[in-house]
Amino acid sequence: MRAAILVFPGTNREKDLADAFLRAGATAPVFVHHKETSLPDGIDIACLPGGFSYGDYLRCGAMAAQAPILKDVVAKAARGLRVLAICNGFQIATEAGLLPGALIRNAGLKFVCRSVALTVERADTGFSSAYAKGQKVFWPVAHNEGNYVASAEDIARLEGEGRVLLRYGEPVNGSANDIAGIMDPTGRILGMMPHPENATDPLHGGTDGLGLFKSILESAA
Amino acid sequence: MKAVVTVMLKSGVLDPQGKAIEHALGGLGFQGVGTVRQGKVIELDLAETDPAKAKEAVDEMCRKLLANTVIESYSITLA
Repeated sequence: MRAAILVFPGTNREKDLADAFLRAGATAPVFVHHKETSLPDGIDIACLPGGFSYGDYLRCGAMAAQAPILKDVVAKAARGLRVLAICNGFQIATEAGLLPGALIRNAGLKFVCRSVALTVERADTGFSSAYAKGQKVFWPVAHNEGNYVASAEDIARLEGEGRVLLRYGEPVNGSANDIAGIMDPTGRILGMMPHPENATDPLHGGTDGLGLFKSILESAA
Repeated sequence: MKAVVTVMLKSGVLDPQGKAIEHALGGLGFQGVGTVRQGKVIELDLAETDPAKAKEAVDEMCRKLLANTVIESYSITLA
């Protein structure tokens, strides 16, 4: 299973994400810089990591969504490429139209930086097979614009189609229905605000984020 | 020709920054300030001289980049 991790100016969690894949037993992911116009061959999953790409200028993720490398990811995603979009990556994914809705300023206006309780809503997906349905996990969040909003129709569709994979178990940022992570209709694209990659080593204070990466590996076979 | 784009959050989208400004104005002693909403203004210096073509181009810029139409609305003024 070959993962590519996109790196934009201001991205800062790409190494944490690569380390999480390694801890789960994957071969080393390849970093793809924003000036590339296409992914290398043989990539199974493209990852959009956390950080402050383009300084969050204009809107978080707005500039990265227009980068040529992102156009390649969007085109390949339409043909089955899997995508893992974390935090700023989730913001980029919504800006690029890979996922519905938008991430706006936290309702409480404060940058939230702590570990939060989450529920893994489904165990029957390529991102969550290593978990039990309804399992509680405790992952860090670190964001100022993590408040998930979408039209009433989009929210109803997400909920009705079981595409909310992660839900906050406590108030965090005002997200609609406490939505923390969502999938596209094919289940191949996951976007989320929390950082499972920072819950994969005992030194992180917890390792229940490892399951997400193990699930990705399991489902790549 | 100059174009001025005003981007605002759509009504119905939570604007905690606007709320914070509202409270701050109240704290400063200004009376009678109701709802406050904060947006952004983007000024563009265009080579185009035909207003219709300029408006069309700026409209496309808004839809593609300057505004996130999921959560924002925009207006364009040409000078």
